[in-house]
Amino acid sequence: MSISREDIEKVAVLARIKVDDEQVSALEKDLGNILDLVDQLGAADTDSVEPMAHPLDAVQKLRADEVTETNQREAFQAIAPATEDGLYLVPKVIE
Amino acid sequence: MHNKSVAELSRELESGNVSSVELAQQFLDRVKREDEKYNSFITVSEEQALAEAKAADEMRAAGKATPWTGVPFAHKDIFCTNGVRTTCGSKMLENFVPPYDATVTANFRAAGAVCLGKTNMDEFAMGSSSESSYYGATTNPWGLGAGDKRVPGGSSGGSAAAVASRLVPAATGTDTGGSIRQPAALCGITGLKPTYGRVSRYGMIAFASSLDQGGPMARTAEDAAMMMNVMAGHDPKDSTCIDRAVPDYTATLNEPLKGLKIGLPKEYFSDQLSPAMEEQVRNAIREYEKLGATVKEVSLPNAKLAIAAYYVIAPAEASANLSRFDGVRYGYRCEDPKDLMDMYTRTRAEGFGSEVKRRILVGTYALSHGYYDAYYLQAQKVRRLIQQDFLNAFKDVDVLMSPVTPSPAFAQGEKTTDPVAMYLEDVFTIAINLAGIPAMSVPAGFVEGLPVGLQIIGNHFSEARLLNAAHQFQQVTDWHQREPK
Repeated sequence: MSISREDIEKVAVLARIKVDDEQVSALEKDLGNILDLVDQLGAADTDSVEPMAHPLDAVQKLRADEVTETNQREAFQAIAPATEDGLYLVPKVIE
Repeated sequence: MHNKSVAELSRELESGNVSSVELAQQFLDRVKREDEKYNSFITVSEEQALAEAKAADEMRAAGKATPWTGVPFAHKDIFCTNGVRTTCGSKMLENFVPPYDATVTANFRAAGAVCLGKTNMDEFAMGSSSESSYYGATTNPWGLGAGDKRVPGGSSGGSAAAVASRLVPAATGTDTGGSIRQPAALCGITGLKPTYGRVSRYGMIAFASSLDQGGPMARTAEDAAMMMNVMAGHDPKDSTCIDRAVPDYTATLNEPLKGLKIGLPKEYFSDQLSPAMEEQVRNAIREYEKLGATVKEVSLPNAKLAIAAYYVIAPAEASANLSRFDGVRYGYRCEDPKDLMDMYTRTRAEGFGSEVKRRILVGTYALSHGYYDAYYLQAQKVRRLIQQDFLNAFKDVDVLMSPVTPSPAFAQGEKTTDPVAMYLEDVFTIAINLAGIPAMSVPAGFVEGLPVGLQIIGNHFSEARLLNAAHQFQQVTDWHQREPK
C-alpha cells in the first residue's frame, strides 16, 4: 500500500515532527515499503481471535491510594531546559 | 583477569587475590586502551566506578558480600543510572543525567556490582546493527582486519561488543524484537531474553512497552544465570512485572539433559537460512542428541506473520512512548522556538534520528483515525495466533531450537539505506517477543570466521531450563570461549 504526501504531512503534524519536502519524498518511499511489509496482516483469518495486549493476559494491579513519593522538584527541574521560580518555561501559549 | 568469567572473578574477589578497586582499575584501563577500536561505550563512568569499587571492598570487609560484590560490568545506555548520563543512543538525551536508578540498576547496586559505564546502542533501541546511535556506530570485534568492518548487531550491540572483546565480563541488554539475542549471536556471546514481565522495566527507557524486556549478556550461561539472580523479580514500580517466585538460576545448571525433548520449527530452517549457517546449527543440535535429548520437527504456521505484526505493534507503542520527548521537562530543546508548536516540531525533528522518526510516523499512522482496526487491532489478533503456535508446540516438546539470524554479521553500511532489509534481520527472533516467551542465544560455531548463534526457546518462565540447556552445551563445546583476534 502506498502512502500519499498529504498523509505523511498530516501524520507528521500529529506526531509533532517537522519534515521538509525532501524528507517527505524519502518517507513516501520508506513508509510505503514498510506498509507493504505489514499489509500481509490483512490476509490472516482473525475472525474469532481476541486481540492480545499483554502476553500473559495479566490485568492491572491496583495499589492503595497513598502518597509514596517525596517532593523532588529541585532535582527534576535541575535537568530541564528552562525553568523559573519552580515552573517549567515554554514559549508563550496565549497572546 | 580480563579473560575470566563473572563466576571466576567472584571467586578471585572472595579469596582476596584481588580487591574490587584493583579489578575496576584494570578493567577501566583496558576500556580506555581498547575501546577506540569498537566504540562499544557511550560513557565511561570512571569516577563513580572507583567509588562503587571502594564501597564494594568495604561491603566485603563488613562480611556483607554477595557473589556480585566488586565484579565489574556495564549497563546498556537505556537503563537509567542516578548521576550518570543516560542517552539511549540519542541526541535527544545527550545531556540527560537521571535523578533516579532503574530497578535493574538499583538491584546491581545493592548487590555491590561495579558499573564501568554505559554501552552503545541503536537510537532508542530501534535497530539491528548499532549503526543508528548518535554517538557513532559500534564495530564487531570479530572480522576485524578481514575486509569491511562488521556490525555487532543491535540494538544491544555495544554490550555485545564490550563482552566479546573482554572489556567487561557481562553487560545488561534489552530485547524488543531480538536486541539481546541477535547481537549476542553476531558477537559470539551468550544472551537471554526473559519472559515478558520477569525483569522490571522501571527506569528502562521505553520503546514498545508490551514487548520490551531487559536481560543478561555474558560469555557463559553460568554468568547469565548469575545476572538473572540479580535482575529478575517483582517490582511494584512496574505494573506489568509479574509477581512470581524467582528461582536460584545457578542451582539447576548442572541438571542432566537426558530425555530433553527438542522441537525444530520447520519455518525457521527455511531457504532464508544460508546452508553454512544451517550446518553449524544442525551440528549444535547433534551435540544435544549426544547429551541424551530427542529431536522432532514442529510447525509454527503463523510465524511468517511475525515481522508484519511487530512492525505495527512496536511503532504504534513507540509513537505513544516517545511523545514524552517534547523539550519541556528534560532532554534536548531546539534553539529560539517561535511558539509552542515550533518548539515541539523542531525539538523532535532535530533531536531524533531518521529511523526513530520513521517508526514514530508509521506508528502514528497505524493508530490514526480510520486505520486503527486495520492495523493495530489486526496485529494484536495475529499476535495471539503467533503465541498460540508456540503454546501448542510446547505441549509436545520442552524447548525449541533454531538459528538466531539467517546469516552471520554483515558489513557496516550494508543495510542502512534499506529499512525493510534491516527489519528482516530479526526474522527468527521477533515472534518470541510477540509471544512473551523467553529465548537464549548461545555460541554454536563459525561461518567464515564469524560467530553463529543457536537460539533456544522455552515456554513462559522456563529461564532456568534454558540456562541449564545452554550451560550443559557449554560443558562439551568451547565456542563461547573463543576470543576475537
